[in-house]
Amino acid sequence: MEFSVNHPILFLLAGFLVLVVLAQSVYFLVKALKRSRELGMDQTKIRKTIKTAAIFTIAPAVSIVISVITLSKSLGLPLPWLRLSVVGSLSYEAIAAANAVSAMGLELGKIDSLTAQQFVNIALVMTISIMVGIWLVPVIGKKLLGGMTTLESRDAKWAGIFQNAMFIGMISAFLGYVFSDFSRLWAPVEGYSATSGLIPVCVMAVSAIIMVVLGLLMRKPKLSWLGDYALPISLVLGMVSAIPITAWLS
Amino acid sequence: MKKNISYIDSVHRDGTIWNISVMLLLLAFPLTVAGIFGAAPDWGALAMGLLATAPMYWAVGVIETITFVPMLGAGGSYLSFVTGNISNLKLPCALNALEQNGVSASSEEGEVISTIAIATSSIVTTVIIIIGVICIVPLTPILEAPVLEPAFAQMLPALFGGLGVAFVSKNWKLAIAPVILMLILFIFVPALNAGTVGIMVPVSVLFTIAVARVLYKKGVL
Repeated sequence: MEFSVNHPILFLLAGFLVLVVLAQSVYFLVKALKRSRELGMDQTKIRKTIKTAAIFTIAPAVSIVISVITLSKSLGLPLPWLRLSVVGSLSYEAIAAANAVSAMGLELGKIDSLTAQQFVNIALVMTISIMVGIWLVPVIGKKLLGGMTTLESRDAKWAGIFQNAMFIGMISAFLGYVFSDFSRLWAPVEGYSATSGLIPVCVMAVSAIIMVVLGLLMRKPKLSWLGDYALPISLVLGMVSAIPITAWLS
Repeated sequence: MKKNISYIDSVHRDGTIWNISVMLLLLAFPLTVAGIFGAAPDWGALAMGLLATAPMYWAVGVIETITFVPMLGAGGSYLSFVTGNISNLKLPCALNALEQNGVSASSEEGEVISTIAIATSSIVTTVIIIIGVICIVPLTPILEAPVLEPAFAQMLPALFGGLGVAFVSKNWKLAIAPVILMLILFIFVPALNAGTVGIMVPVSVLFTIAVARVLYKKGVL
């Protein structure tokens, strides 16, 4: 059979795997919903949670579609579709693919069409490299979460603070990341304007201000529904603000 | 016997079955392609490619698992480590849901809420990617329009601006030290950038836990 990176068989195989992963998500959703009813949790709140999660996901998911398009130019559509639906991210997959191809003495983006062997090699390197979490969670997940439960039973207040500390730690790292090009102001980088490092900072500030405004608005009873959409609204408006901010500062 | 197994235990059991199955299927994909098209892998190049890629990814994978599992909860962990995009999508989504419902992550209600949020997010992501793949021809010129590029390039700052306000304002005493440390590190260490933020997450988490412990012992928190 003549191989091509967009062969219908590849679409079928990738499509099947994507459906399995979709089935897993549906399975866990149904399971958790059933449990929420057993626990007597407020079902209107649960429906709101689903709505918020779905709306919040749209913009990040579209950015994943853009990554699929980017990678599809050298790898065809089925492989990036599979890799970014299961575990992957653009930066990981691009590096893995580049390493796989360069080990064969070639350069990604300079090959007109991949052979079946090159394709298999790329797919194997991507898959094996990225797969740790999938099997490690079954191996150590129960122990890790058991540790949290023990902590909770020993000192519930400290367990709550511990949990918050992890969240704050994660968010702090990303807040720091927003400032990673700030030093361009005094240490010029070729190809970038001095103020270009301020773009992410300004976008973050816009998004944060919108969040504060929404927080104030939703105190009014008529506008309390805003609370469910505060994060998606600040995300999308922040992203939109990036368009004029980038034009202005770069 | 079966009825006595707790919800959490059943999540671990089902999650293990799902994740191991998905892993085997994922590995089967390249092998099936090799079989159908009669193309054995180039083993030498495969070993070289893996050597250049896997050690780093595996180290990051182990650290990510240890860091994120306690934040994601049981059901959320099994799903997130299959569907990916944890720090830029699944975890913020779960955090927001916990916040919205006012439940603690370590309670069973928290476990249920974060699983619901992450499962919903995974379903929506998968479906949107399917739509994107089907409509790639008409969508490509729109999504690659130069005018939209800055918006998607700045997604993370836009996400963490909103999320940061929500969390930092409620835990400001705890947040001061880690935020200042991360700002200093990212501004003055050139090696820290978009590619290395993943490595700084566990560093920042450990530091914040240590700060929390000191503040807790002193009765500040």
